[in-house]
Amino acid sequence: MTGYLSDVTALARKDLLVELRSRDTVPAMLLFVVATLVVFHFALPDDSSRLAAAGMLWIALLFTALLALVRSFVAERDEAVIDGLLLAPCDRSAIWLGKTLSVFAFLALAEVVALPAFALFYEPVTWELMAGVALANIGIAAVGTLLGAMAAASRARELLLPLLFLPLAIPLIVGGVGATLAENPGRYLGFLGLYDLIFAILSWASFEYVVTE
Amino acid sequence: MIHARGLARRFGDKRVLTDVDVDVGTGELLLITGPNGSGKTTLLRLLAGLIVPTGGELEVAVDRARIGFLGHEPLLYRELTPLENLDLYGRLYRIPERRERIGMLLERFGLWDARREQTGAFSRGMMQRLALCRALLHEPDLLLLDEPFSALDAAGTELLLEELARRTPSRTVVVASHLPERLGTTPTAHLALGSA
Amino acid sequence: MNTSLRNNGAVVLSLAAAVLLTAGLGLALLWAPEDADQGPSQRIFYIHVPVALTAYACFGWAAWKAFRLLWKGDERADLESYTAVHIGLIFGLLTLVTGSIWAKISWGVWWTWSERQLVLFLILFLFYSAYFMLRYSTEPGPRRARTSAVYALFGAVLVPVSFLAIRLADQLLHPAPIFNRDGPQMSASMFISFCVCLTAMLTLAGAIYLIELTGKRIDARLRELREQLA
Repeated sequence: MTGYLSDVTALARKDLLVELRSRDTVPAMLLFVVATLVVFHFALPDDSSRLAAAGMLWIALLFTALLALVRSFVAERDEAVIDGLLLAPCDRSAIWLGKTLSVFAFLALAEVVALPAFALFYEPVTWELMAGVALANIGIAAVGTLLGAMAAASRARELLLPLLFLPLAIPLIVGGVGATLAENPGRYLGFLGLYDLIFAILSWASFEYVVTE
Repeated sequence: MIHARGLARRFGDKRVLTDVDVDVGTGELLLITGPNGSGKTTLLRLLAGLIVPTGGELEVAVDRARIGFLGHEPLLYRELTPLENLDLYGRLYRIPERRERIGMLLERFGLWDARREQTGAFSRGMMQRLALCRALLHEPDLLLLDEPFSALDAAGTELLLEELARRTPSRTVVVASHLPERLGTTPTAHLALGSA
Repeated sequence: MNTSLRNNGAVVLSLAAAVLLTAGLGLALLWAPEDADQGPSQRIFYIHVPVALTAYACFGWAAWKAFRLLWKGDERADLESYTAVHIGLIFGLLTLVTGSIWAKISWGVWWTWSERQLVLFLILFLFYSAYFMLRYSTEPGPRRARTSAVYALFGAVLVPVSFLAIRLADQLLHPAPIFNRDGPQMSASMFISFCVCLTAMLTLAGAIYLIELTGKRIDARLRELREQLA
């Protein structure tokens, strides 16, 4: 167990280090999410409700997450480094968990900028919204990392990932928007937690099948 | 150590390897020769367990953790330094006294001075040396080397031959090369693959 | 692999489907009583709902075969799972079309977000279309088989999760009561007609499944033979 966790930490730490050196993903995410929030101002009529603003925020977060997911296996794929990781004696699911943690960290970093920007431009950020974002991040990172590995092995690559991911992300959007707007956000937060649990277990268990032959 | 009968592999409609028999005992050195496209790389990837055969039977009697693999790609992160790359693999392979082992290998392959530089700026030869360090890091029982001499200069070749000459009874080596004359030692077995 | 590619099961099922479909349509159109509220248009219910349930059955079957492939390494299950998704997608599309027609007749619009089953089928349609994209853009081989299987399994889990999500979304966005058109107030003759129609659709799907599967297997065999000659 401690061996498993140290593998996961080593792999996640490696991803953060790679990103720190290359600065490929996070700056792009930050710029993208802020730009999207600005673009939405011009897409929404002036008298739009706070409901529209909340829905829009969730779309912005989801599409920003796609940037992180599309990039998630680039380092492993381009130089076939994934072969090196697969040859190593670690459990393959540790590769998934390490990557999921690093994707989660990238999402959190983007949201540290996105949420204050949202508060500045549109509506105040509530505790329920922050809880919803945190829970949705888990689901996005867990499912997205698995699908990212699938897409990385395909010819269509970047093109395929959004197609695979968006239908699976609809429940996350429902939960997130509900947690932001509903009078009883607890149900929606609970739903997000349930989604995270189910799909994290499923992704964890099936990762080995999609990366090995 | 390795036992294969009628081994075959195809990719989609393309047959890369057909009906290959391999028998390698522990401590042997197998040389695989053959022209480009004869399936040397595919055979080594099969032996490493990176791909599965589409026909025939294959038995490699060694744990995944005890295989060292050097392929066409160095299998290293270009954004990381040699130390960071080897440290990651050292952790995953649970190597005791990781730092000492890594330091020794980098020293031996002449990369110690470049240990804190990003490998993205390395020449092909330096990358190949570092890839060798990675393959040797956990002192594997089965060492699979695919065109190990490519991109290596005279000094690098010398270092690799030295490593191969230090044959121990427990270490089995499989080398695929289209330049067999560069292999200093005499192989104990030879497999010539025809053209596809 | 099955050496005989002839498929007597498909022939029997096709005949059974033809008989059952004729009987089911006859019962639904002539015998079942007319719905008091919706009039004759309600009879599309006997097509729409069985088609939808058949699509679920196909997706469920695909997930079961996917599970067999992953768990037991049963390689034949790849084509079976793929074929089931293929048939399921066709029935799913039919569900969307018949549902859309029903919505137009009942409420004068081609699409309504307040019809949960229809929304769910839209999500599933997108999901399983992506399954095809995934399959077509991955190299054939054991890895594609397993990747497709994992995605098909996700589909089976997505159905209840999405259903729950749509319910939650409805409560949030449409506080007004939902239209309810297939309540339990079915008379015996309606129920029997419905059951015959459902059996007919399932049989039809089974027949298409076997025929399609045979076709795909012949394709695979042909490719192998061509290779051996090459």
